[in-house]
Amino acid sequence: TPFETCWQLRGTLASVCRKNNKLKATAPPARYGGRHTVTLIPGDGIGPELAKHVCELFRFCCVPVDFEVVNVDSTKTSEDDINNAIMAIRRNGVALKGNIETNHNLPPSHKSRNTLCLCSSSSLQYHSGSVRQCDAQPVPARSEDAPQKHRHHNNQGKHGGVPGVVECLKIITRTKSLRIADYAFRTAREKGRRRVTAIHKANIMKLGDGLFLECCKEVASGYPEITFNSMIVDNTTMQLVSRPQQFDVMVMPNLYGNVVSNVCAGLVGGPGLVPGANYGENYAVFETGTRNTGKSIANKNTANPTAMLLASCLLLDHLKLHGYASMIRKAILSTITDSQLHTADLGGKGSTSEMVQSIMDMTVRLHLSL
Amino acid sequence: MCFSTLLWGEGYDTTLFATIWTKPVLLNIKLTLVLLLSSVHLQQQGENIPPPAKYGGRHTVTLIPGDGIGPELLNHVREVFRFTCVPVDFEMVNVNSALETDDDMNNAITAIRRNGVALKGNIETKHTLPASVKSRNNVLRTSLDLYANVMHCQSLPGVQTRHKNIDIMIIRENTEGEYSSLEHESVSGVVESLKIITRNNSIRIADYAFKLARERGRRRVTAVHKANIMKLGDGLFLQCCREVASGYPDITFDSMIVDNTTMQLVSKPQQFDVMVMPNLYGNVVSNVCAGLVGGPGLVPGANYGRDYAVFETATRNTGKSIAEKNIANPTAMLLASCLMLDHLNLNDYASLIQNAVLTTMNETRLHTADLGGQGTTSEVVQSVMRVIQSKGQFTAEL
Repeated sequence: TPFETCWQLRGTLASVCRKNNKLKATAPPARYGGRHTVTLIPGDGIGPELAKHVCELFRFCCVPVDFEVVNVDSTKTSEDDINNAIMAIRRNGVALKGNIETNHNLPPSHKSRNTLCLCSSSSLQYHSGSVRQCDAQPVPARSEDAPQKHRHHNNQGKHGGVPGVVECLKIITRTKSLRIADYAFRTAREKGRRRVTAIHKANIMKLGDGLFLECCKEVASGYPEITFNSMIVDNTTMQLVSRPQQFDVMVMPNLYGNVVSNVCAGLVGGPGLVPGANYGENYAVFETGTRNTGKSIANKNTANPTAMLLASCLLLDHLKLHGYASMIRKAILSTITDSQLHTADLGGKGSTSEMVQSIMDMTVRLHLSL
Repeated sequence: MCFSTLLWGEGYDTTLFATIWTKPVLLNIKLTLVLLLSSVHLQQQGENIPPPAKYGGRHTVTLIPGDGIGPELLNHVREVFRFTCVPVDFEMVNVNSALETDDDMNNAITAIRRNGVALKGNIETKHTLPASVKSRNNVLRTSLDLYANVMHCQSLPGVQTRHKNIDIMIIRENTEGEYSSLEHESVSGVVESLKIITRNNSIRIADYAFKLARERGRRRVTAVHKANIMKLGDGLFLQCCREVASGYPDITFDSMIVDNTTMQLVSKPQQFDVMVMPNLYGNVVSNVCAGLVGGPGLVPGANYGRDYAVFETATRNTGKSIAEKNIANPTAMLLASCLMLDHLNLNDYASLIQNAVLTTMNETRLHTADLGGQGTTSEVVQSVMRVIQSKGQFTAEL
């Protein structure tokens, strides 16, 4: 198909051609009077309190961002609230969200709200979740590099008429695999990374993961300065546990991405430290990297705000407010160095509010020293 | 007077019966038939598991060398067994991964059916061959219905790792799940892979897990799943585990989502006791645990079915890049052979070889490259044999 020849001939395809031949355009974020509007979905568990801290910090630093709060109730079965949220994100172009709980006991027709939010309607088209790891040197953990992953949609079909036998469909498509591979290589090039590793299980799922691997190889041929190799997911997880420094950029399908990103988050110090971002053609949603609801520590003032605050820095970078982003990031990293302020998940006794207060003090100090 | 004796031979195939022909021959035959049928019935109920092939006090075990480091490691196993005078004879069956016919695979399966027990290296699956050529290892597991893969991860005292005091048993469903090899491309560029979860297999594996936990005196079983996304599939698995758990009130049961599990494993692995899970998660989790205790060269694995058992290294690596360089770590394969000896009820030999291997592990001088040392495979094996000899056991010449 002409789509494939594009890859091989041109080598650097910067845009994904849509059906109506429009070139990809990043929709400019909603911006009035120099201020951006961002949708805020508090979610469940520790989401609301962390979102509040983000608002507090932004107001303190006079960041020109206004939040439009949209509440999503995970217990209701109607999908109105999630549809409102999606509409708000379409309107604003950017969102910051906490995790919305998915109750296992509800029937399968009740889909995970996070999934709906991220990839239900084709018009939203989220296609990559990029988890950025922070160099948490002061926290005793090994530093990591950025793995990037791609989510495919999990469909389930109950096998007609045979009780006790369930078939789950795992779908891999050529278009989406090419898209995510391209995203991975492009991002690697932008950030000056040398190697991309594709994670798969093609020895067992020959057609599915085989297709994914093939797409990655095709895209790799267009980026000769970047080394490409592949690794089976079981070997990957074992290598991650013994020698994680060998990895640079990793690209993979949805489920392996889930597992690998959690392993990496555990390696650098836990779920409270890593931010995550979901990018689409027109929209971007930022959240914590490991998407925990944190129900058991909700409203106890012990949650680690680092992940959510770093996610808000990613958000500011996306809105091109780099000055604010780097200031807040520096403040967070210097606060983390102070082990007295470590929260419970890092083995300390600090509280969320103490950490946020310290970050705010640090921003003042950094701003004055500039 | 009619006299009919059914002599229970060793193994199903060798069931003999002798009939002393006296007057009421017909009654004789009826009696024999009844006894034979009842034996079949008992077999089917699993009460009469066929004992491994054993003639003259010696067992016969199928040996499949596989690819990569498999052949050399299995040679070392044979060396150690011959040295220790273990009453096991190996029937070697070669399986060539390059060939596209299935004949050698069928021979291997027949041999395992005949002997009941096997020790194997990993058979390489080339990604480049067409999708109709299935993974040989997978074919072996499904044809013999080896439904449970058991891996016991323990921190070894002589090996330096980041986390200490790990003692986790991982029980992984071995025949279905994502490894069903059912894939199709109905629309060009769109591939659907089927992941199958059935009630019967889920209950079977959960039952195995709880029974094993009870036998080994374990307190907790954790089911690993992704039921928030795959509500029907993993939901069914979880439900089956809960049902089985209700029949074992002395054992605590809890469940954890696979992503959280892997993160907890990397930060606090000591919290886990016994874990049960479907196929793919089992693959990932067992590799993470193997990495935590020191790498693929240290952990043995076992595949149990109702009638057969196959032993191999837990992480099933072919090790092509280190083949025939004398640097592979033989520990995993030697410990797998000890598991096999335990299965054959040769417990004394099993503990002897196991202790020798663990003693050798404590010697950092002898650590192979994967543990950061400079030792060679043959040095490690020689040391193991020396330790065995020093225990005063009757052995061959070194």
